Amino acid sequence: MADPMRIRAASKDGVVNVKVLMSHEMETGQRKDAAGKVIPAHFIQSVSATWQGKVVLSAQWGPAVSKNPFIEFNFKGGQKGDKIELTWTDNKGDKRTDEATIN
Amino acid sequence: MNRIRRDMIKAGGGASLLALLAAAGFVRPGTAAAAEWNKAAFEVKTVAEAFTALGAGTPANSVDILMKAPDIAENGAVVPIAIESRIPATESIAVLIERNPNPLAASFNIPAGTETMITTRVKMGETSNVYALVKANGKYFVAKKEIKVTLGGCGG
Repeated sequence: MADPMRIRAASKDGVVNVKVLMSHEMETGQRKDAAGKVIPAHFIQSVSATWQGKVVLSAQWGPAVSKNPFIEFNFKGGQKGDKIELTWTDNKGDKRTDEATIN
Repeated sequence: MNRIRRDMIKAGGGASLLALLAAAGFVRPGTAAAAEWNKAAFEVKTVAEAFTALGAGTPANSVDILMKAPDIAENGAVVPIAIESRIPATESIAVLIERNPNPLAASFNIPAGTETMITTRVKMGETSNVYALVKANGKYFVAKKEIKVTLGGCGG
């Protein structure tokens, strides 16, 4: 299981700024190991962020997103103390969900 | 090992290498997310093909898409890109890197209530045009910017 995501969510003037740092190799499938064998691709394919059961952002990624991916976005309506939940799924079917409190 | 990869990419134009890998079963997308993951769009080799696979056809150029990214990226493995769409009713923002083996890097769906601005980091194999494709009100718009890479990101 991958390490937890680091999520920061801060509310200001009715807009919540969300910053997420995920821990993932994001292996492209194009590199080779020392023995010359191709390292299989392993990357996050889909990401979604929900607040009060409503999706506030969703994304589909290819292997060209950097290792330990970072995203930042803003959405309206969240209040301090609300929870925001992030989920990713990678191409091997691994999943991880983490939540953070808006402050 | 890096040099071998670069030679192969030079020799094979990158595309055929990847096709070979795919044929050999090395590049195998998972099954869990496959239903919603747009495999076709992520696996094509050119920007034009990616536009087609995304249903964008030939998007119109727009000055209302702002891309904030460095002119020169020292490290191609981590290129920060911020895209803001000022087009009303923006539904999605995609990032495409012309000279990567597969141009489509990421596609973000933006529901109503979320600001139409997204920041992320991508890998770039070499100096390339980067396209921001925006879907708004069912129509597609695009903006591009060239980012020079001094150290490639795919080799790692």
